[in-house]
Amino acid sequence: MSVNAGDTAWILISSALVMLMTPGVALFYGGMVRRKNVLSTIMMSFVCLGLVGLLWVLYGYSLSFGSDNGGFIGGLNFVGLMGVGQEPSSVYATTVPHLAFMIFQAMFAIITIALITGAIVERVKFGALLLFSALWVTVVYAPICHWVWGDGGWLASLGVLDFAGGSVVHLNAGVSALALVLLLGKRRGFPSQPMEPNNIPMVVLGAGLLWFGWFGFNAGSALTSGGLAASAFVATNTAAAAAAFTWMIVSWLHRRPTILGTVTGAIAGLATITPAAGFITPLAGIPIGVVAAIVCYYIMLLLKTKLGFDDSLDVFAVHGVGGILGMLATGIFATLAVNSAGADGLIYGGGMQVLKQLVGVVSVGAFAFAATWVLGKLVDVTVGLRVGKSEETVGLDLSQHGERAYGGLLR
Amino acid sequence: MKKIEAIIREESLEAVKEALEEKSYFGMTVSEVSGRGKQKGIPLQWRVGEYRVDLLPKLKIELVVLDEDVPIAIDAIIRNARTGEIGDGKIFVLPVENVVRVRTGDRDENAI
Repeated sequence: MSVNAGDTAWILISSALVMLMTPGVALFYGGMVRRKNVLSTIMMSFVCLGLVGLLWVLYGYSLSFGSDNGGFIGGLNFVGLMGVGQEPSSVYATTVPHLAFMIFQAMFAIITIALITGAIVERVKFGALLLFSALWVTVVYAPICHWVWGDGGWLASLGVLDFAGGSVVHLNAGVSALALVLLLGKRRGFPSQPMEPNNIPMVVLGAGLLWFGWFGFNAGSALTSGGLAASAFVATNTAAAAAAFTWMIVSWLHRRPTILGTVTGAIAGLATITPAAGFITPLAGIPIGVVAAIVCYYIMLLLKTKLGFDDSLDVFAVHGVGGILGMLATGIFATLAVNSAGADGLIYGGGMQVLKQLVGVVSVGAFAFAATWVLGKLVDVTVGLRVGKSEETVGLDLSQHGERAYGGLLR
Repeated sequence: MKKIEAIIREESLEAVKEALEEKSYFGMTVSEVSGRGKQKGIPLQWRVGEYRVDLLPKLKIELVVLDEDVPIAIDAIIRNARTGEIGDGKIFVLPVENVVRVRTGDRDENAI
């Protein structure tokens, strides 16, 4: 196959769009914590660009997309980008340089870890987080990515559909976040002390960057620049719009239409449409977005106020639940009329697809939870996951990074 | 000499400032403060659910006046800061021992 200029341009631009989502997550999360932890929260996301950006070219890409080993993990044939060059791969994105596909995938691995950090902010030790992240990319992300997207991956072979990462990114991040919350425990003072967001405009800026970048995430996952990319683009925007608006209404019924709720709805809609974006009609984004907002809202309420989980920035309720809903919705709304490489879902007479999607959800969810728990435990008993009491009280900005976000007496 | 410390609603500042200026009390220090009183705080919302903030934002005005001017200044403040709802604030009057103008070294009555 030869390189197609249009496809290549789109994949490179999409890679840059997805890259921008990680600083987007950083600001989105950074605005929601208390002011003593803003920088630490931003750093947890931003550092993934450094750490995972290296691990991915060294061996992460190979473990995810290298030659198949029993459907479970990729081989070492692409270690250090060996054989990954300007020519297209013979199996992945065959109209763009292999390097372009590789860097597009790198951005997904980077943001997945960044998403997880939202659950453990304001109390996790920075060094421990780095160690955990390196282990997690290797032991959790790479295998799951290979199962779903790798040539020969067992879920891919089974026919499980995940267009842009509902299972690989969102379900994976959400469930892993939950496992870490169980290991790490609550922040001091949760839930009796209100922990007010320090900067909601920053949250909105982050959400805006995420929405913008998500076009690269979802429409870029068409891996070509034609009609399918356009279809996924419109489905993505439609679901985000429906979910943002629905969350606002639910919040309004409760009391007031909050901006924090509205942008959270948008992110829940975007996470939910992700696996479906290129398999469904654009208008199917409406029911998917509406259901995403309502279900994520009530699960968040249940986890936070009834069960007392301190999933601090609701990673499970937004990304875990969104990922599950989106994977199942793909099994319901998918149609071969939109994507001939997909399948017909339940409403188009393909009842089996829902079951396949369920297998995907359960296997990815169970593996991510168990493996993350083991890795987290390992890090906890060796270097300790949590900062000390006084470090937590003065805030992680000072105790972990020796900086403060809003310093100086002189204006 | 007395120092008047008035805690008022943020939205009352302009009117209070103008009224004091009319009575020729020009100098003052204003700061943003948080506090609580009978108003008890306000409910705010998270992404889901709500929480209560019991320290509310107010403004604190500080000015130093001659003893005989205290009733005039207090009157100007309450006439412009009162809404009749809880949360209008409080005024404290404190004795002042000395006042020094940094630029000239003038003291007390000459420095107010």
